[in-house]
Amino acid sequence: MSIDSAVGITGVDKVFSARKGDVIALTGIHLEVAKGEFVSLIGPSGCGKSTLLRVIAGLIPATSGQVTVNGKSAEQARRDQDYGFAFQQAGLLEWRSVAANVELPLVVHGVSRAKRRARARELLDLVGLADFAEHRPQELSGGMQQRVAIARALAESPTLLLMDEPFGALDEMTRERMQGELVRIAAETSAAVVFVTHSISEAVFLSQRVVVMSPRPGRIADVVPIGLGARDLDTREAPEFFAAVTQVREALRGRASVGEGIS
Amino acid sequence: MNALRRAGMVLLGLVLLGGLWELYKDTAPSDGVSFGSVPILPRTGDASMPHLSSIWHAFGSQEVSLAGSSSVLGSIASAGFYTLKLALGGFVVGLVIGVLLAVLMDRLRFAERGLLPWIVLSQTVPLIAIAPLISGWGAGVHFGGFQWEQWMSVAVIAAYLSFFPISVGMLRGLKSPTAVHVELFRSLSAGWFATLIRLELPAAVPFLIPALRLGAAASVVGAVVAETSIGVPDGIGRVIIDYSQQATGDPSRLYAAVIGAALLGLVAAALVSLLDLGLRSYQRGRTA
Repeated sequence: MSIDSAVGITGVDKVFSARKGDVIALTGIHLEVAKGEFVSLIGPSGCGKSTLLRVIAGLIPATSGQVTVNGKSAEQARRDQDYGFAFQQAGLLEWRSVAANVELPLVVHGVSRAKRRARARELLDLVGLADFAEHRPQELSGGMQQRVAIARALAESPTLLLMDEPFGALDEMTRERMQGELVRIAAETSAAVVFVTHSISEAVFLSQRVVVMSPRPGRIADVVPIGLGARDLDTREAPEFFAAVTQVREALRGRASVGEGIS
Repeated sequence: MNALRRAGMVLLGLVLLGGLWELYKDTAPSDGVSFGSVPILPRTGDASMPHLSSIWHAFGSQEVSLAGSSSVLGSIASAGFYTLKLALGGFVVGLVIGVLLAVLMDRLRFAERGLLPWIVLSQTVPLIAIAPLISGWGAGVHFGGFQWEQWMSVAVIAAYLSFFPISVGMLRGLKSPTAVHVELFRSLSAGWFATLIRLELPAAVPFLIPALRLGAAASVVGAVVAETSIGVPDGIGRVIIDYSQQATGDPSRLYAAVIGAALLGLVAAALVSLLDLGLRSYQRGRTA
């Protein structure tokens, strides 16, 4: 495994023990994410993509195998705040202003007030919400709330962003605009991103590689490299984009049809 | 404008209540209504239902017909103030204990399983039975210059009644953060204390406020009942007992004292409302 990787996963299994017997959530996962690389995890519900993201985050321990983030154990990386996490729901604290929500990680880690203020202003500029710093989260639209959550995830200048369907609850138009924003933000911060989604076009538009997963037991079925170059407004209409979408769709169908036959 | 309207509604409610009282007194038979030997509606004679005007006059009358004796209003007010102090003292103690218990139960699973049944049980013991017990135990307490006094027993009982709704409400509040928020704090590698201060306590506020309101009312009830059963001479509980002994001839004083005691509860609840205003920004769905 290269030292330059942001995430290194070797032979990871995850088994949940339930009363009715063990459930194999992940089996035989090998994946490496390079520094600054954008990788999406895609697959049907129950394929373990969210579980894999939480294993990388050190929120759930792997049953076996090894996970490293920036060369450290996942637990250690969580303690060192090497990553920022964005959830499907923005999960903002409604009693804190927008700026105070962005500052939350810094408050928890004891950063001085002046530094927090400055960092929050910088981040709100980055996500285009500088005018809303003193608003309450509930006064913002869903897309704006999600942008605040992304700013919060970036507060500690992480080298890795872990995102669990952050745009899943947004409407199509907002979603596409947010995807454009995220590509720009990832490039500006040069952070690696592991992005969970079940939208094929979203995965293709955002990623350098799309990891296709399949369920029962959760495993990596295929890895599709996406060679689209710089993303812009025309990307979504380019023939290469459609070709990549088709390729991911076929990778998904190849395995999913087997699963459907069983259920 | 909104506050004015609300005050108007309260006033209207009082006027309606008074109107109903006088209307019933005027129209119902003076022996009340009985079904067989079971009384269904109360008697309306002056000995059971005084006119509002005589309650009003009772407030202004002298307590005993001696020159220089205090008025009924004066003794209700001073006794009420005495009781309110004890109730609030007990409430503060109950608040501290209730919150600490809730935090302990939230932190330690076995503490919740071990403590909660006892906390519930503590409230099923009749107050009348426990008040003399506490004052009896207190009488045995003295070390150094400290001497247990009766008023302390009253405050302890007020605390005993008020801690319960506070700890139960607080515990629910501490457990109210959503899974996303809990996971967020874990992903931030936040420790137990940071999670408590930054997430659980703020999230508990909307649950705490109604619990405080219950606790404040309970502390007043506890103080009044404790005073009457222990026999503390200075509080409104004593005044109620005195006036009820005179009530065979003229119940209007007793009603005056009961109104005074009810006002105490309102004052306690109003104090909680002030707290509510201070904590407004923590209330979900409201904006500061």
